[in-house]
Amino acid sequence: MAKPKMALYWAASCGGCDVAVLDTNEKILDIANLVDIVFWPIALDFKYHHVEAMADKSIDLCLFNGAVRNSEQEKIARLLRNKSNVMIAFGSCACFGGIPGLANLTDRAGILQTVYLEAPSNSNEQKTVPLTQTRVAEGELELPELFDTVLTVEQVVPVEYFLPGCPPPVDLILKLVDLYATGKLPPPGAVVASDKTCCDECDRIKEDKKITRIVRPHEIISDPKKCFLEQGIICCGPATRGGCGMRCVKANMPCRGCFGPPPGVIDQGAKMLSALASIYQVNDEEGVNRLINEVLDPVGTFYRFGLPDSMLKRKRLHKA
Amino acid sequence: MSSQFEPRIVGFLCNWCSYSGADLAGTSRVKYPPNIDIIRVMCSGRVDPQFVIRAFEKGADGVLVCGCHPGDCHYAEGNYKAARRIPLLKKMLSQMGIEEGRLRLEWVSASEGERFATVVKDMTEQVRKLGPFRHNGGGTNG
Repeated sequence: MAKPKMALYWAASCGGCDVAVLDTNEKILDIANLVDIVFWPIALDFKYHHVEAMADKSIDLCLFNGAVRNSEQEKIARLLRNKSNVMIAFGSCACFGGIPGLANLTDRAGILQTVYLEAPSNSNEQKTVPLTQTRVAEGELELPELFDTVLTVEQVVPVEYFLPGCPPPVDLILKLVDLYATGKLPPPGAVVASDKTCCDECDRIKEDKKITRIVRPHEIISDPKKCFLEQGIICCGPATRGGCGMRCVKANMPCRGCFGPPPGVIDQGAKMLSALASIYQVNDEEGVNRLINEVLDPVGTFYRFGLPDSMLKRKRLHKA
Repeated sequence: MSSQFEPRIVGFLCNWCSYSGADLAGTSRVKYPPNIDIIRVMCSGRVDPQFVIRAFEKGADGVLVCGCHPGDCHYAEGNYKAARRIPLLKKMLSQMGIEEGRLRLEWVSASEGERFATVVKDMTEQVRKLGPFRHNGGGTNG
């Protein structure tokens, strides 16, 4: 029997998800023994037209990392969807929008303005901004069109499974490959991670969740055995799915929420906001104002990895 | 027929004080605008910020949360939780381009039928001025 075919693709992402696949170290050889990799732009020299030439549904497993924020990424998402039997949103950007999803606080015009015209380190006297079509002496050049809104992969094409994480942890990648190889994949729609919250899986000492001040991690020397929230450091563990192996917490950094909402939660940011406001022990107006001032950037803190996946999805656009 | 904009406001009212206050407004035949759709919850502390965002997502033009006066909560401190959550939620929603006036937290006791009517009147006019809430999701790409 021929080996199953696997494709990997990166859209709006940093490349960390691809590196996470390589982080399987010697197990990458097991993966290579198990499957034939037919498309992997970061590592192998296959082109889009090679994928286009494949028969529909001829790829068995597709790991798609990165959010979708331009026309090229959208096109390849659709292409790979047509060619793949099982498509997996791989990593936080693909699942929830990830860090690039914070661009949903602005829009295309705003991004181009800041990046190409206003950034203090720029020297752009001709005020050049990227265009989808540019005429040069040799002919016409094309660039993909940047979208106003960053999308999750599922907002573009149907996806069978979600493997969150920034990047996905190696043990979950191997678990996924193993589930696939042994034919034990869960029902479609499943998130390949834990069904508990990150907080639930954390083994730091938790006593009484009552705080009167929020501090940023660099402002205090935190106790590495004690719950971050109880020390006043915002930790998104209560509103985040577990299964990550506590990589951040073990490195003495609070959870930033990369595993997305736990089961039963639709909007991760709203839940985290709710949890934080609950434990902050002030009842007078002055105290409430202090809380509001101490949470410097609510959207960036509570939706760090999930703005496109949230209920509001993006900042309001006042367009016709 | 006037064609002025009639806002649709979702009101989350706590069972013990504010819902009774609204009831009193009704039984006392106090007039107030019919723009509010009331949802009774056990406590203003039960109002998950997800409910508020869901209301906006589903097309509400404004959201009113009412609870017992500070110190009067049936569950001792549920309204204090609302008192912290709603202002923080306002700050977050303002980052998302949603005007502060569309979300309001008020204390209404069971005996304050008149006050409830005033709050609804006031908020209806405020939201009317802000105009219809259209989230208008995605720009060029849904």
